[in-house]
Amino acid sequence: MAMLEVKNLEVYYGVIRALKGISFEVNEGEIVTLIGANGAGKTTTMQSVVGLIPSRAGTVTFNGMNITKTPCHKIVHLGMTQVPEGRRIFQELTVYENLLMGAFSMKDSSGFKNDLEAVYTRFPRLAERRNQIAGTLSGGEQQMLAMGRAIMSHPKLLMLDEPSMGLSPLLVDQVFEIIKDINKDGTTILLVEQNAGKSLAISDRAYVLENGQIVLSGTGAELAESEMVKKAYLGG
Amino acid sequence: MELILSTLINGLSLGGIYAMIALGYTMVYGIAKMLNFAHGDIIMVGGYVIYVFMSFHNPLLAILMAVICCVILGIVIEKVAYKPLRGASPLAVLITAIGVSYLLQSLAQIIFGSANKMVTVYEFGAIKLWGVTIQVSALVTLAVTVVVMTILTLFIKYTRIGRAMVAVSEDKGAAQLMGINVNKIITITFAIGSALAALAGLFYLLKAPSISNTLGAMPGIKAFTAAVIGGIGSIPGAMLGGILLGVVECISYKITAIAPYTDAIEFSILIIILLVKPTGFLGKVRREKV
Repeated sequence: MAMLEVKNLEVYYGVIRALKGISFEVNEGEIVTLIGANGAGKTTTMQSVVGLIPSRAGTVTFNGMNITKTPCHKIVHLGMTQVPEGRRIFQELTVYENLLMGAFSMKDSSGFKNDLEAVYTRFPRLAERRNQIAGTLSGGEQQMLAMGRAIMSHPKLLMLDEPSMGLSPLLVDQVFEIIKDINKDGTTILLVEQNAGKSLAISDRAYVLENGQIVLSGTGAELAESEMVKKAYLGG
Repeated sequence: MELILSTLINGLSLGGIYAMIALGYTMVYGIAKMLNFAHGDIIMVGGYVIYVFMSFHNPLLAILMAVICCVILGIVIEKVAYKPLRGASPLAVLITAIGVSYLLQSLAQIIFGSANKMVTVYEFGAIKLWGVTIQVSALVTLAVTVVVMTILTLFIKYTRIGRAMVAVSEDKGAAQLMGINVNKIITITFAIGSALAALAGLFYLLKAPSISNTLGAMPGIKAFTAAVIGGIGSIPGAMLGGILLGVVECISYKITAIAPYTDAIEFSILIIILLVKPTGFLGKVRREKV
């Protein structure tokens, strides 16, 4: 059984059909990527899966449980946490307070200290800047904070929406290294990316999204070799 | 010198009341992104609850009941009138809030009649400080508002719910992703705002022991002005704007030549500040997300 199973998901913005019935699955332990151009429906998919935007049809199943109509704030309690597009850290709070918000869903507070130390170890920059207002961090640091904040909730499935957006090549490499690391430590990953080359390289499997439909799927290596992907997303 | 001191204390005390009411406007705006124009009328309801329960001659009971009733009323108004409109156009919500305001005023008139009711909560009397006669009720008002605002500030900064309120006011979507129940936070915000309004009702009765169904109308508008001057959505801004407006009002009343124009002067300050700094003193410019 797949950890996350999305079946025939349809989302409308008014009369516009943004997702035309897409299906995909993520198995435990995998890194799965959705690649696609701007406007293909990647972020819509991510937001619809966690209930931030409602779906018109289709089902979302997480660990065997139908969560299609589950309100967004309950999703994180089930073990699914999302790093949203554009990071969306709390700009007015400090780094520490952002991490505290990340642990909002954790019932027992005794583990908080250890979780915090683990995040600071993984992201030393955040430890240095723990009392700084998050809005003053650089783009790369904000991405680290968004990821650290998400890890604080102990996700079984971590969803990352365009984590490499707007970062320098060096930082992009670093972000992908961290994603691989988090996966190695036992967290399943669902990734949405425009950077097809880097994301396919770390993915077990991937799907190509075009105009609200899945047009191709396969292992990361297969898709990286596919003529269509090469042409459309890897620059020839 | 004496005049300055007594005017200042009265001004700070009135400013404290405005600040308490302005906090209700600004917190609801920050978190639910709506202007709750019925907020001022909660003050009036608080006043009438005190009037009713003062028949037991127990001021503490009356105050407690006023706070409880206003909190329940605030939560009910939000659930019945505003929640169904979440996601509707801001104009629809605004008109609804004005409707709720008239509803409360009319209900009060039906229940209590249109004549003013007199109620003395407590006689504090006056004391002489450095040769200046000062109403003790003004000092009590000032002290209570300082304590309440300090507690509120600490609550928002250091409690789980308080931080969740900041998170929701900044980014509802991201807050939900953290597991924060936005509806619950909005309910709590209305509850806190209404409790503060109930206390404001008490302070008005301490100032002048008379109550009518429009008791909350003018203070509501003044406090809303204070919230905008301070920067709507900003909690320190509401405190600053309230104090400023209260002090200006009391000074203006003491100067015979301009006393009749006091309200005009206060609203002119709003216009000038909006011209110079459209976000108010401590308001932030929010970048629109694409």
